[in-house]
Amino acid sequence: MSNLIKDNALVADEWTRVIPPSLGDEVVKKQAGKVVLFKLTGEPTYSPAQIAATQIPATGKVLLPLTVWQANVEQLASRMAAGEIGILIATHEPLDSLAATFADINELPLIAVFVERFPDGRIFTIGNLLRTRYGFKNELRAVGDVLRDQLFFLKRSGFSSYLIRADRSAEDALASLKDFSQPYQGAVDDALPVWRRVDRA
Amino acid sequence: MYKYDAIDQQIVDERVKQYRDQTRRYLAGQLSDDEFRPLRLQNGLYIQRHAPMLRIAVPYGMLSSKQLRKLGDIAKRYDRGYGHFSTRQNLQLNWPKLEDVPEILAELATVQMHAIQTSGNCIRNITTDQFASIAPDEVIDPRAMAEVMRQWSTFHPEFALLPRKFKIAVSGTKQDRAIVQAHDIGLEFYRDSNNQVAIKVWVGGGLGRTPILGTVIRDHLEWQHALTYCEAIIRVYNMHGRRDNAYKARIKILVKALGIEEFKQQVEAEWVHIKDGPNTITEAELHRVAQHFEPMPYETLPAHDAGFDSAIASNPAFSSWVKRCTHAHKQSGYRAVTLSLKPHGKPPGDISSEQMQMVADLADAYSFGELRASHEQNLILADVKLSDLFAIWEKARAAGLATPNIGLLTDMICCPGGDFCSLANAKSIPIAEAIQMQFDNLDYLHDIGDLELNISGCMNACGHHHVGHIGILGVDKDGSEWYQVTIGGKQGNDASIGTVIGPSFSAEEMPGVVQRLIEVYLKERTDEERFIDTVRRLGIAPFKAHVYAEKEAA
Repeated sequence: MSNLIKDNALVADEWTRVIPPSLGDEVVKKQAGKVVLFKLTGEPTYSPAQIAATQIPATGKVLLPLTVWQANVEQLASRMAAGEIGILIATHEPLDSLAATFADINELPLIAVFVERFPDGRIFTIGNLLRTRYGFKNELRAVGDVLRDQLFFLKRSGFSSYLIRADRSAEDALASLKDFSQPYQGAVDDALPVWRRVDRA
Repeated sequence: MYKYDAIDQQIVDERVKQYRDQTRRYLAGQLSDDEFRPLRLQNGLYIQRHAPMLRIAVPYGMLSSKQLRKLGDIAKRYDRGYGHFSTRQNLQLNWPKLEDVPEILAELATVQMHAIQTSGNCIRNITTDQFASIAPDEVIDPRAMAEVMRQWSTFHPEFALLPRKFKIAVSGTKQDRAIVQAHDIGLEFYRDSNNQVAIKVWVGGGLGRTPILGTVIRDHLEWQHALTYCEAIIRVYNMHGRRDNAYKARIKILVKALGIEEFKQQVEAEWVHIKDGPNTITEAELHRVAQHFEPMPYETLPAHDAGFDSAIASNPAFSSWVKRCTHAHKQSGYRAVTLSLKPHGKPPGDISSEQMQMVADLADAYSFGELRASHEQNLILADVKLSDLFAIWEKARAAGLATPNIGLLTDMICCPGGDFCSLANAKSIPIAEAIQMQFDNLDYLHDIGDLELNISGCMNACGHHHVGHIGILGVDKDGSEWYQVTIGGKQGNDASIGTVIGPSFSAEEMPGVVQRLIEVYLKERTDEERFIDTVRRLGIAPFKAHVYAEKEAA
């Protein structure tokens, strides 16, 4: 069974995530002897060589890193038109470049946000901005280090599907979507703060 | 004070359930240490040197007698019979068991308390002036807004995992007592030229490893926009704050790196999109919350009480307590009382279960059943009649809570330090105790007068050493504990960061070092000068010369 939660249920994953190959030339950044865990906003994710070496399956729905799509726009135009292309961005990639790539962001049936480490809370702001600022209406998926204890926040930040990390039970994780029944503040899933939602007087 | 409705209660109850399950999964090996860490921290649970430490939220320092009794009860049943008030107005238990924490939270929920976001990389407890609503210099009672902000920040989904911790302080007085300039965001409420409530917004202050006072990002913000403007600030920080280096991850580093003008420009650009949105505070909501903070049902009393006046005249010990431990009140015939948690020779801020019960009784008998915790780690009875002061003094004195040292050298701010905290480089409590014993002469203490001495066991600065008139910082040198001394720090509107006087000292030297700093002050001061004024007038040179003279001669 897939580890994908969508619309509060476990569903099969129709999308194949395309990951550029590791060419062994990645630089590990260190600071004071420690490996730097988070990439700064704006840092590149893949080298041009990695992007060039990426194999894209010939058929089916594929989830591509934004930079891979940008290098293959013409070849994949018909598949985009057929709704077979979804775009993946990492939490350190600027949303402006995603928005600038598409005349209408709602051409995309799926945007996925990759969170390499779950404590990286940029994913919540990205979800929020994609929904409220860029007007994205289709499936918004969290992928990567996605764990049940962040699901409630992801849901409130505009995500609609969650690919739970492979070694964890997505079935157990479903319960966490309902951790709180009446949150205080307005967010993406319900723009109204509690005092505009219910009569508290 | 604020009382929960069904919605507030449901949120803390659901939190208990959620955290109980998280603890269960951790103990069952279904959550790794790394995965559980942010979850437990956002519930105030640290793994410390000897045992876990649980930090319980006391929102903006307000407590009811019922809550304090419950805290005393919890400390007795789940800990070693005492708690520790922190510099952010919270209460810490030093010895609870990890397995017991869900049960402790369930107990807390029965008295409308929790440990939500008392640690971790999220918006922390919002702090304010311990004399809110009663201070004669108050312009706006900040507590209703503090409560509105508490609710807004609780489980805020977008800001659940920030680059680093995020502290907000609010203040509504002419003389700032909430150190708004030393917070990630400081909100200073005032009345503008149209007599409307407005906010001066400070950003990027903070102590810790890199002490920086905040900068004003906006001089005038209408109160309705407090939440959306904070959202704009924190959104910019969440996206661009450094996550690659924990020591450079606070918002102050981002503000410095971008410069306040660029940072402000980004915030305002973000704010344009959310200004006037649903999180804009309505009159109705502010009013709903403010009803919980209506003035107490005070009696109409004259400004003097004959019994009180004669007790002061005839009893010097009572008189010196009144001078140091009671504070002016807006309401005629009333005073605020500080119960000192700084008896000489005890860890500053500690309070036993018995003392908690006793203070709760005092609050019920004399102060409308309410209390406040101060960031100076004392407890306050905010609304006491002059005619009751003598009775309170006698009871507090019997319980060891009437040391007349508020605002004096021995009313130190002190973190738990190396005795408890796994972050600390050095012990802080024994240093505080040694200094208290060195100055265990009340006449001498009163002669020295107003002096703030703050001690932190490491550069995280929980003891606010940078803004102490005398600041002491524990440092690690080749595996042993040393202490660096700063002078000239200050909280308040004219806040400043202290200057290091020179090479650090051993623990044994510290009482003598403070003694010599005081000697210089007593010799050099003019009639009306406090220690801080003398330091500001003369600079550190004469202090440094006297402190190190003996060392160099040796």
